[in-house]
Amino acid sequence: MSFLTGLYAFAFYFAALVLVAGLTWKVVQYARTPAPLKIPTTPAPITNSGVVLRMTREVVLFESLFRGNKWTWIFSWIFHFGLFLVTLRHLRYFMDPVPTPIAFIQPFGIYAGFAMVLGLAGLWARRFLVDRVRYISSPSDHLILGLLVLIGCSGILMSFVVHTDIVSVKAFFLGLYSFDLQPLPADPLLLLHLFLVAGLMIIFPFSKLLHAPGLFFSPTRNQVDNPRERRHLAPWAARLEQR
Amino acid sequence: MAKATFVVPALRQYPQVPAVTPGTMAHSAPFVAKPEFQAPLGFPGELADDWQAQAIAKMGELLGKYRSLRVYMDSCVKCGACTDKCHYFLGTKDPKNMPVGRQDLMRGVYRRYFTLAGRIAPKLVGATDFTKEVLDDWYSYFHQCSQCRRCSVFCPYGIDTAEISMAAREIMDSIGVGQKYCNEIIGKVYTIGNNLGLPGPALRDTLEGLEEDVYDETGVKVRYPIDQVGADILLVTPSADFFAEPHVDGLIGYGKVFHEAGVSWTLSSYASEAANFGMFIGSYENMRRISLRIREEAIRLKVKRIIFGECGHAWRVAYSFLNTLAGPWDFLDSRYPVPQHICEFTYDLIQQGKLTFDKTQNDDKILTYHDSCNVARGSRMGDQPGGQFDIPRAIIKAVCNQFYDMDEDTIRKRTFCCGGGGGLLTDDLMELRVKGAQPRVEALNNVMQEKGVTHMAAICAICKSQFTKVLPYYGMEMDQIVSLHQLVSNAIVLTPREDDEDDEDDDDSQALDDDDSESVDEAA
Ligand code: HEM
Ligand code: SF4
Ligand code: SF4
Repeated sequence: MSFLTGLYAFAFYFAALVLVAGLTWKVVQYARTPAPLKIPTTPAPITNSGVVLRMTREVVLFESLFRGNKWTWIFSWIFHFGLFLVTLRHLRYFMDPVPTPIAFIQPFGIYAGFAMVLGLAGLWARRFLVDRVRYISSPSDHLILGLLVLIGCSGILMSFVVHTDIVSVKAFFLGLYSFDLQPLPADPLLLLHLFLVAGLMIIFPFSKLLHAPGLFFSPTRNQVDNPRERRHLAPWAARLEQR
Repeated sequence: MAKATFVVPALRQYPQVPAVTPGTMAHSAPFVAKPEFQAPLGFPGELADDWQAQAIAKMGELLGKYRSLRVYMDSCVKCGACTDKCHYFLGTKDPKNMPVGRQDLMRGVYRRYFTLAGRIAPKLVGATDFTKEVLDDWYSYFHQCSQCRRCSVFCPYGIDTAEISMAAREIMDSIGVGQKYCNEIIGKVYTIGNNLGLPGPALRDTLEGLEEDVYDETGVKVRYPIDQVGADILLVTPSADFFAEPHVDGLIGYGKVFHEAGVSWTLSSYASEAANFGMFIGSYENMRRISLRIREEAIRLKVKRIIFGECGHAWRVAYSFLNTLAGPWDFLDSRYPVPQHICEFTYDLIQQGKLTFDKTQNDDKILTYHDSCNVARGSRMGDQPGGQFDIPRAIIKAVCNQFYDMDEDTIRKRTFCCGGGGGLLTDDLMELRVKGAQPRVEALNNVMQEKGVTHMAAICAICKSQFTKVLPYYGMEMDQIVSLHQLVSNAIVLTPREDDEDDEDDDDSQALDDDDSESVDEAA
């Protein structure tokens, strides 16, 4: 086993642990924090199924963002949809045999990488060109975009230009499940790609990438508009009544 | 045109997003509450030496109590969708008045003390120490947010800057930096019963005066009862309704509607305020204490229903929070929602054909309608989403011949705040109020030019007061803003008294039959 293989194996164990533990911690924290008042942004659905529908539109279509800014919406949606396909496509490196749906999206998944990078480029351009967005951007906002662009570009290069030994890569990742370390090809592009992905996994629970779980817990979006029909009382507020 | 010490923004035909101009409103801050206004609300009088530690501890407490705050601090991706949505940014150009700019004042502190990234690399993620300068910025800019929630409509995660402003104000109150206007007013509710500090005898006087005025004008005896035990309906209305134009015309209208409905109703001198400034300062405890006065009065007066008069944030607190804060309401008549809005009540009667209108009485006006932010985005009317937009418009159309909406981007859920909500309706913030009104007034101006609109109706005491004061800065007349029930009042055809008497058979109205209304009110 080479030093590189060992290092990357460790990096991915560590990154996976941080990602899973960090996200679990955050999700539990969100779930445990009460929402003492009914604050859906109205007009809001008056039934649970209505809320599920509203949330689905937000997650799949970015409905509110569409209302807010068409350019950001277009780029953002292209980026996220690309990312989604790319992620699905990558599952083939982590499962054996490859399930049919994953095999099916393979051809789209390859090009989705371009969509992802294009969307990111548009979003990044806004950070320079629109004075309001420039004002609110901090270095970390640029860095995350840079990170994702680099991941995307290194991935595209491997798909289309400098191919790597993908069979060994898959063997490496499948090996990680059973702590059976298989050699990782020492291609610079692959190493860069994987290094950045591990980095992304590690910063996820500590950065604005928390918007993904956050959306599901947003009271203005996930609450049913029924305060007159149902009394809503948080535990800490109920204790005030005992006084 | 009213005189101004600042430049009143121009009204254009097409709205423009201004270029970011930092610091234009850094000087704007409301008067700070003196210790005597802090104490009755349970807040310290002034800043202690260890204020920073106290503030951070309070922030930690709120992060654990409010999921909204917790999730919104983490979730913003700086996408910028909200940046051109706030009327205060549009009117002042100050980037700290962009919703995300405002949030970042708190997010910077949050990241510094509550996140790993902010502890390790503050510069990288925009984290800041909680210094006195930052606190001053908080005081200034969290009092430049009217908590109108317009930003939350457009944010992909529904981040509601109002929630963050409320939390910021609560943190500041907890370290002794309160806002005079809000906290003094809440104190008045506790001691006297309403924001304006009108004592019971003054209210009774006013209401008697109204009865006489209406009788002189219409020849019909419409009653405006107060503190009447055993009435069916308790009406809770903003205290401005007792006092100022155009509010009082709305109150006259409610009375006429109740008269035509043939129901018995009463006001209360103890719960003589619908407004609940506890929300503006983000204080659950104070909001609850104010709300409980309504519960106590509902029990004491043995009413069966509660109806709220025209007031925007009051309706948000009533509709969305009252059940939580002061419920359960199982002792009231379960056939009606608790509480109801006066517009719901009037609309139901119109639907049942119980009201007759002479629309020509409003023919001297061409109307438009201002959706008040708290009604639009923080509540509902009727049993369908969006009833808060349709019901008031349906009423206006039932009582007026000429009605035109303003531009679609400035009404309904996208409505622009009047510029005076959220506890900012004070003279020490006049510049902010005038500039913040710009987007709304611009849209109004456009329907005035295009459709000949002469008047704008509203169902919020703050909106009405704000426009009365601010429209003259833009060269408009203060009386162009009217109460919705003022229009109802103008058009409603009153049924002469005899019919009225037949409907009621309790002792109070027997006394009234003897034309002895004064003694009834005094006895009450
Ligand atoms: C439930 C899943 C998700 C939803 C609904 C979602 C939605 C959104 C929306 C609406 C935006 C704002 C528009 C924009 O600036 O692009 C955004 C931004 C962003 N998202 Fe997501 N997202 C999700 C998952 C992810 C994941 C898994 C990642 C990355 C690994 C990610 C990375 C980003 C980044 C980097 C931005 C900021 C783009 C910029 O700087 O302008 N998102 N997301
Ligand atoms: S709540 Fe209203 S006033 Fe406050 S930041 Fe959002 S849009 Fe502006
Ligand atoms: S719209 Fe929401 S996520 Fe985007 S910058 Fe504003 S607050 Fe942040």
